[in-house]
Amino acid sequence: MIKRLGAGVAVLWVAATASYVALLLAPGDTIDILIGDGADTPEIRAGIVAEWGLDRPEIVQYLSYLWRLLHGDLGRSYQLQRGVGEILATQVGPTAQLTLAAAATGVALAGVIAVVTAGRGRWLRGAASAAELVSVSVPPFLIGIVLLSVFSFTLGWFPVSGAQGPAALVLPALALGLPIAGVLGQVLRGGLERALEQPFAVTARARGLTERALVTRHALRHALIPAVTLAGWFTGTLLGGAVITEVLFGRPGLGQVAMQAVTGRDMPVVMAVVLLSAAVYVTISTLLDLACRAIDPRIRG
Amino acid sequence: MTAPALPRPPALLGRLVPAVVLVVIGLAVVAPWALTGADPLAADPVDALAPPGAGHWLGSDHLGRDVLARVVHGARHSISIGVAATALAVTCGVLLGLAAGLSPKWLDEALARSFDVLSTLPELLLALLVVAITGPGTGSVIFAIAVAQVPNYARVIRAQTFVVRRSGYVEQAVTFGRSRLAITGGHVLPNVLGPIPVLATIGLGQAVIAGSGLSFLGMGPQPPAAEWGAMLSEARNYLRVAWWEALFPGLAITLTVVCLTVAGRRLQRRFEGRTP
Amino acid sequence: MTTYAGPPSVREGLGGSGHRPPPPGPLLAVEDLRVSFGGADVVRGLSLSIAPGECVAIVGESGSGKSVTARTLLGLAGPGSTVRASAFGVSGRDALAFGPADWRRLRGRFAGLVLQDALVSLDPLRTIGAEIAEVLSVHDVVPRARREERVLELLEAVGVPDPAARAGQRPHQLSGGLRQRALIASAIAADPQLIIADEPTTALDVTVQAQILRLLAGRKAAGTALLLISHDLAVVASIADRILVMKDGQIVEEGPAREVLTTPAHDYTNALLAAVPSAASRGTRLTTGAPRTRPTPNPSAQVLAGTALARSYGSRRVVDNVSFTLHEGETLGIVGESGSGKTTLARLALALLDPDSGRISLHQRQWSHLRERARRPLRPRIQLISQNPLDSFDPRHTVGRLVAEPLRLPRARRRARVLDLLDRVGLPPETAARHPRELSGGQRQRVAVARALGPRPDVLVCDEPVSALDVSIQAQVLDLLADLQAEYGTALVFISHDLGVVHHLADRVLVMKDGRVVEEGDVREVFTRPRHPYTRALVASVPRM
Repeated sequence: MIKRLGAGVAVLWVAATASYVALLLAPGDTIDILIGDGADTPEIRAGIVAEWGLDRPEIVQYLSYLWRLLHGDLGRSYQLQRGVGEILATQVGPTAQLTLAAAATGVALAGVIAVVTAGRGRWLRGAASAAELVSVSVPPFLIGIVLLSVFSFTLGWFPVSGAQGPAALVLPALALGLPIAGVLGQVLRGGLERALEQPFAVTARARGLTERALVTRHALRHALIPAVTLAGWFTGTLLGGAVITEVLFGRPGLGQVAMQAVTGRDMPVVMAVVLLSAAVYVTISTLLDLACRAIDPRIRG
Repeated sequence: MTAPALPRPPALLGRLVPAVVLVVIGLAVVAPWALTGADPLAADPVDALAPPGAGHWLGSDHLGRDVLARVVHGARHSISIGVAATALAVTCGVLLGLAAGLSPKWLDEALARSFDVLSTLPELLLALLVVAITGPGTGSVIFAIAVAQVPNYARVIRAQTFVVRRSGYVEQAVTFGRSRLAITGGHVLPNVLGPIPVLATIGLGQAVIAGSGLSFLGMGPQPPAAEWGAMLSEARNYLRVAWWEALFPGLAITLTVVCLTVAGRRLQRRFEGRTP
Repeated sequence: MTTYAGPPSVREGLGGSGHRPPPPGPLLAVEDLRVSFGGADVVRGLSLSIAPGECVAIVGESGSGKSVTARTLLGLAGPGSTVRASAFGVSGRDALAFGPADWRRLRGRFAGLVLQDALVSLDPLRTIGAEIAEVLSVHDVVPRARREERVLELLEAVGVPDPAARAGQRPHQLSGGLRQRALIASAIAADPQLIIADEPTTALDVTVQAQILRLLAGRKAAGTALLLISHDLAVVASIADRILVMKDGQIVEEGPAREVLTTPAHDYTNALLAAVPSAASRGTRLTTGAPRTRPTPNPSAQVLAGTALARSYGSRRVVDNVSFTLHEGETLGIVGESGSGKTTLARLALALLDPDSGRISLHQRQWSHLRERARRPLRPRIQLISQNPLDSFDPRHTVGRLVAEPLRLPRARRRARVLDLLDRVGLPPETAARHPRELSGGQRQRVAVARALGPRPDVLVCDEPVSALDVSIQAQVLDLLADLQAEYGTALVFISHDLGVVHHLADRVLVMKDGRVVEEGDVREVFTRPRHPYTRALVASVPRM
């Protein structure tokens, strides 16, 4: 467990270093890059030099950057004239809402599809696997566009944009959750079908278990193992997808912040978003790793 | 002698349709003028937002450009981003994976950890970092997708190298007195590199999706260039009045990726059937 | 991909004379049972009845349809199967009319199923206690409050020591014997009248096999009927009342156990019995029974010798102070149960691994602790035949290319040599163009033998070369090895868990336990008058006909 935490910290350290190196390697003067498209006055330049220690040797700059990160200081956006931490803090809420809702939608849909279709007739399984194929082959933003034109423009059931009220969350969560449901559903179904062919499934049937009990008591747990190992992909899809979804649905959130920062070349904000996403990844994959140990006691050894 | 049995209709459908679609897409990339005579960039405000019909088979967009021409010419941007990114990622991934799999333990550990760290960053956020530094454009998008996909290939190749190096047939080759070099060249490399066409085909589909996503966010080829993701980005402002402007580029991406995935899975099944 | 679409429908056979109600006597009475999968008949007209308290054994080689038969009797023939019979009585009821729910009520309650290898036949993610309790809850055998208590009683009954601690463990935490006992406990939890055991001892070491057979015999003595499925006539000999010999989906011979084993009526049974290697078959060909010439070992020409070998993995000593010698034309048997260090010793002998201490010499010259470059020219002198030939073949290569790999010959002469080698192991020249995965298990092992002979080695290390083969195929491969040894005077290191095979083939034997040699000597001496208690236990555990 301590090893696992150590690895997580190492990942964060490398992510911080990587974004710092990216900043140094970027063509042009570091000061110009940090200012980006923001206001450019001698006073601001002097402030940046002082804050980043640009007049000191590079190793000292790097260490003081890490030191500030350790204290939770993500730096300052020279375009928005605000602390980066403050900017992110105000925008975390809507993004968390969106990603959690999408994750729940995806996992729930995948579970239902897998349990209902595993080992069933050809047609049902064929339909499910076709739906899964399409859902992994359609770009996430296209799903969003289709949902928008059907449910907002044509039927008028849901608002087109914004983040007011639960109704505004439905379409974005679906757009982000459907591709997850597709991939996860496929993996779960495959896992269930493999488990149902194992000798222990024969033994369980020979005890008089019904197929449903066999799936819920035995096979599902086996099917969860490969699903949990998709943690990295899952987190990446959620975080990356959040940017696109927020832009498409005009929702406030970290994705919008990131997009504006990229367009405006606001490096401190971009670096902070990258770090934050690495932190989220590390947290989620550690949690899922723990879940995996709970599901499969064989790997405790 | 009996005639060979015809494949069942679903099998025929599954084999023929992807093949035809992929050939047409290939043609659009290499020789778009063979499929459409219209200029993808020629704007005609008078003819804007015309529905599909005789004048414009797939309608025209908000600037009066022919949607069919833009979809056909868009293939070049979208597909070449995917192909370039996949080629770059496969090359680097294979080299790094082999390096890790064949190296002494400490180097292997170090490389494996760096794959882990690289894959922490979702492709899109990595792209944000790249684009923030280098500015938007085709090159940035290719680079970003490639960097994000390298660890996937590297990991598979590393794991495969491990399996092959510890396999019974490599051990047997040692007992024949074959040299390390001969074993690596004769057994390890061919068996490790075997699954790459499969991985690359499926990976290409995912790279096309990623590329169109980045273009959708305005990080890829800049307007007025025709690129499927960018076309969708423009089209979403006209969803209410011109569904065709969004539908056809969307369909193009989806069809491409579905066919690539189906083809990849078919290759995979054939490959798995070959090895015990 | 296959799917499980619920129990297959049991339909009445066409052309049957309407279904008769089964007689009240037997637990199970099937007539003219036919099972097919997508048009391929696996079971073709089998009739079988089991009386209460009786033990019936079905013996056959792989593909004979014996396992499918066992499962069909529980309505578990599997997806895509069609089952027909002219009569199918289970527990006095007509199973031809059964729906899924009828079958479920019988499974576990009327008949319990024991499969091979509890590591995969019990759910690996659940504790054995939970697995046993599941039977109790499905059939509501005891009130919920008493379930835990009953689980412990059952574990106690099948001879699991410290049941309270074991019930909380999972199959991978238990030894092979203990988890097989747990599997049996789950099969008898609802106190069924019949136990169907499909190869219940196949994955087990011989001493553990003997324990499990005693446990099953105990259940039989207590009045439970037993249907035993096995590939091994000797295993069923001690316990079965009646034996059915099955081949290609049909019963070729049926009768009281003694009769079938001593005076078999059918050629196939005869061949099966003759093919079993043992002390009696020594000096004869297994396939024909004709005497064979044994090469005379040359005691002055030592080809391979190991002195005080030790090797550890981490803190575990896998090979501990082992010494051996091997002479020209000699066969050295190495027997031991799983984990005894046999395979590590083979790897040491092949110099795929260097010993931590001790040394090995090949032709009186240093062989261990050499630089690989110096070792390479000597490598063709000692070759390996492994248990699973498919693993030892590069999956991309044809048979011809595989056999050619160790040959140091100009291209032009290589092909002729490959065909010659294939001919010597009894394979037609066309085999050269085929892929090993298209061949049968016996043919694959022949290819492995041909390849190993290519460099004309002085020593062949055979690591369980026939363990994965059916007894008739095993006989062919053993005869082939003996013939080739007689022809070339090759020395063999023959590793096996099967005492019969070693007794049949070897001149001298090493008995290994926990990495040490506990006894060694002339094979007849060691196996007929074992001195070490472990050897005695081993010899006593071998099932006899």
